[in-house]
Amino acid sequence: MLKGHQSWVFNSKPVILSSAAIGGPFEGKGNVAEDFDILHEDLWLGQDSFEKAEKKLLEEACEKVIEKAKKKKEDIQFFISGDLMNQIISSSFTARTLGAPFLGIFGACSSSMEGLALASLLIDSNAANYIIAAACSHNASAEKQFRYPTEYGSQKPPTSQWTVTGAGAVLLSKNGQGPRVTSATIGRVVDMGISDPFNMGSAMAPAAVDTIEAHFRDLNIDPSYYDLIATGDLGQVGHRIACDLLTEHGFKMPPEIFTDCGILIYKKDQPVMAGGSGCGCSATVTYGHFLNRMRRGELKRILIVATGALMSPMSYQQKESIPCIAHAVSIEM
Amino acid sequence: MSNKQTKKLTPAQQQYQKFSKAREPKRKVLRNTIRAFLVGGFICTIGQGLQWIFITYFNFTEITAGNPATAILIIISVLLTGFGVYDQIAQWAGAGTIIPITGFANTIASASIEHRSEGYVLGVGGNMFKLAGSVIAMGVFSAFVVALLKITIQWLGGM
Repeated sequence: MLKGHQSWVFNSKPVILSSAAIGGPFEGKGNVAEDFDILHEDLWLGQDSFEKAEKKLLEEACEKVIEKAKKKKEDIQFFISGDLMNQIISSSFTARTLGAPFLGIFGACSSSMEGLALASLLIDSNAANYIIAAACSHNASAEKQFRYPTEYGSQKPPTSQWTVTGAGAVLLSKNGQGPRVTSATIGRVVDMGISDPFNMGSAMAPAAVDTIEAHFRDLNIDPSYYDLIATGDLGQVGHRIACDLLTEHGFKMPPEIFTDCGILIYKKDQPVMAGGSGCGCSATVTYGHFLNRMRRGELKRILIVATGALMSPMSYQQKESIPCIAHAVSIEM
Repeated sequence: MSNKQTKKLTPAQQQYQKFSKAREPKRKVLRNTIRAFLVGGFICTIGQGLQWIFITYFNFTEITAGNPATAILIIISVLLTGFGVYDQIAQWAGAGTIIPITGFANTIASASIEHRSEGYVLGVGGNMFKLAGSVIAMGVFSAFVVALLKITIQWLGGM
């Protein structure tokens, strides 16, 4: 049901039957390592290319989520997924393995929540009973496509971020036990003219702020309604800017509940510069760490604002600025 | 950001650029310059040492010893790239490892390793000069311009 300008309230409150997070070697040494279902020591996952490794991550996340919900592959009616690769090959190739009807989405790193919002909408409108929503990214395949070869010796600036090697998936259903998706706010594309691909945090912060403000305006609630509000991958730089932007707009955001998946996922001593990024960042932290905390009763209501930078390697070489987007989904226990 | 780019932005965008700039960590230019000087100098010292060894022990002259010395630096750089160490040294050293011949070897080696998964012809062959290509093109072109200048000055009676 539409509420306000750009928010959906799901009256049937779709249930997250199960969730899974798969990570790579660097994530295994990170801050939330114990919340991953499978951690790989090998960045290649035994495959002969990074792209195949990324697909494998997503396949494993889907297998795990089906297994945890005690369902069969045939029970899955729709599969909604997105990733960062050209033509979202990781998602499409996983859909080939899964054999379920597939909706591919691209919202860059916001794909995780875009998928969850759309899946919830389908469940809420009786279009399906079981849907998997997933997203994935791989550090080396993203570096290869968007930046330089992984072994190339360039010095990264302190504003740059580290793409997470990981995949997260959830299995949504109409009935059952578990955390429930209650509402979602679909973001607008915001472009504040930042064109440096090594400064995603600054580029995406205004989009996150726009969506956060829209969410509370549309639903007419206060930030204190939530136990935790987390942005997807703003990192240290973007998080600080988002906090200050909200304050400047007169929006009262309690600092103790406002955090960022990109800051949470890695330890302080890991060489990730400003923090983690990528579809896998918000997907693994939300579907692993946060949902586990909800199931343990530590969190009751959370709002995840996944942020995405909608540029391509071509667009920034042509000196285009970076359009950004953020989608918010609220999950309640 | 240059003025030309800033002019195209709306006032709101320009205001945000100022707002975000004030909150971004800066590149530590002085620290990076010192590190680049030390590491770059260290690499050049090794090169000089190698040249000396070739002249003293292997019967090379000052002119011919340059080639084997460079070759050894390239081999070391490519090996370090292959073992996945070079990019980590470079993050610390910055321009110190990019500017010497080792940096050039690293661009070719890293691109070749990266695109091995697309095969030898389209992958390695097609992509190994992905980064080095522009260095070669620009290098040859600037050498050409400098040569033209030299000839012109000589023709005018200078030098």
